[in-house]
Amino acid sequence: MTTVETTADHGDGHHDDHHHGEFIAHHFDSAEQQFDSGKLGIWVFLVTEVLFFSGLFVAYTLYRYHHPEIFVDASEFLDKVLGGINTVVLLFSSLTMAWAVRCAMLGQNRTCSRLILVTMVCAAMFLGIKAVEYSHKWDLNIWVISKYNYDSAAPHAEPALGLSQMLGISDYLLVLSIPPAILLIGFLICYVIFRSRQQTRVAGLFAALTIMMGGYFLGAAGGKIYQDFQDASHASHAGEHHGEEHAGNYVGPDINTSPQDIGIFFSIYYCMTGLHAFHVIGGMIALSWLYYRSLCGHWRSDYFGPVDYVGLYWHLVDLVWIFLFPLLYLIN
Amino acid sequence: MAEQNPNQHRQPPEQEHTQGHQHGHGHGHGHGFAHPVSIKLLLAVFVSLVSLTILTVVVNDLPLGALDIWVALGIAGIKAALVCLFFMHMFWDKGFNVVAFFSSLLFVSLFIGFTLMDTGQYRDSQDKFPREKRPTPPVPVVEPPSS
Repeated sequence: MTTVETTADHGDGHHDDHHHGEFIAHHFDSAEQQFDSGKLGIWVFLVTEVLFFSGLFVAYTLYRYHHPEIFVDASEFLDKVLGGINTVVLLFSSLTMAWAVRCAMLGQNRTCSRLILVTMVCAAMFLGIKAVEYSHKWDLNIWVISKYNYDSAAPHAEPALGLSQMLGISDYLLVLSIPPAILLIGFLICYVIFRSRQQTRVAGLFAALTIMMGGYFLGAAGGKIYQDFQDASHASHAGEHHGEEHAGNYVGPDINTSPQDIGIFFSIYYCMTGLHAFHVIGGMIALSWLYYRSLCGHWRSDYFGPVDYVGLYWHLVDLVWIFLFPLLYLIN
Repeated sequence: MAEQNPNQHRQPPEQEHTQGHQHGHGHGHGHGFAHPVSIKLLLAVFVSLVSLTILTVVVNDLPLGALDIWVALGIAGIKAALVCLFFMHMFWDKGFNVVAFFSSLLFVSLFIGFTLMDTGQYRDSQDKFPREKRPTPPVPVVEPPSS
């Protein structure tokens, strides 16, 4: 964190003598006009985002309208607690984002950078928990409709890869975690390189990116511990109810809706949550850019537009999840 | 938090915040377009959002029958309104931006509404040509590893 502080101080120290309209494009009359134009632009972009997601909401509505019973069965596979935790993680990231916008408006660049970092870590944690949820379903052979092969009598897919056996995690979770692991190591190496070259701001950015990727593993580890605990308690229940046959190898709820039908729910589920996850990744990239600019001390009370715009986008990602959570997880 | 604001001598932003209010959205006042939301309000919104999340999970276990989806959507709507109003600054934003954003909901409702009206049209042909039953796979696809 010392790098962050020194760069922030550095930035704050001398940006006052910069000329006034440093970031005002020549085709705008004033800072306010530039800000208002950008704001209208981002709102129009959010409109297109809402319409983008609405196609999937239409698919959801139609299918649920015609087959409500399938949704009741299918939601048995989704864990309310993991979904709820993810909701709170995203809400918290929205809070820190809104707070970061406030700091940018007040020109508090250092606090702003820290709050943006917390937002980035929360975003990565969200994806970590999501990776546990996805891999757990894939272990149960629950994919999209054409690949839906869930069988309540079949065992969990056992880890086949050496490393996943060693870690006691599913193969799918291992594979999903490879890109974040590569990024984590890459960012760490970049941090060391830039640090040794005395490029403190760039080093600060890579330090933040490393911490962000750490958030993914924090979320994945937390989700995995919870999932193991859930599986263990289900296994002991199954042991009590069905004799010994299921004990120690609980696979999931005993669902016998036609797999053809329930698979459609999961096609919709993967499309909706997957599209949402891509938006989270996009948000993380945009937030990293904001983080770097906060380190440069760019924000002041007449120039904070980028933080505000990315903030609006981030809140929209949160809004989509606010609706996805009850629609997918909370069906009785 | 005890941070020096480099622009303090030029324009105390908190003060401008209130000025902007009086002049209706801070039009034409040079740099007075920043509306920092107070930390207290942000925290209050966050706490209510988390409480509503817990509420919606708890209510989900109650036997509400067909009402439950409407209760869940109602709570989600309140949460969305809180996020829009305070986190997204809609409360202080220009009316035109708000109208622009909510116009999307109009089109979404047309999209969903018209599609729902139309689906019944294909019922007859669906019944006439029933789906082919896919056999369920008899054995699990993933083999347990040989130990």
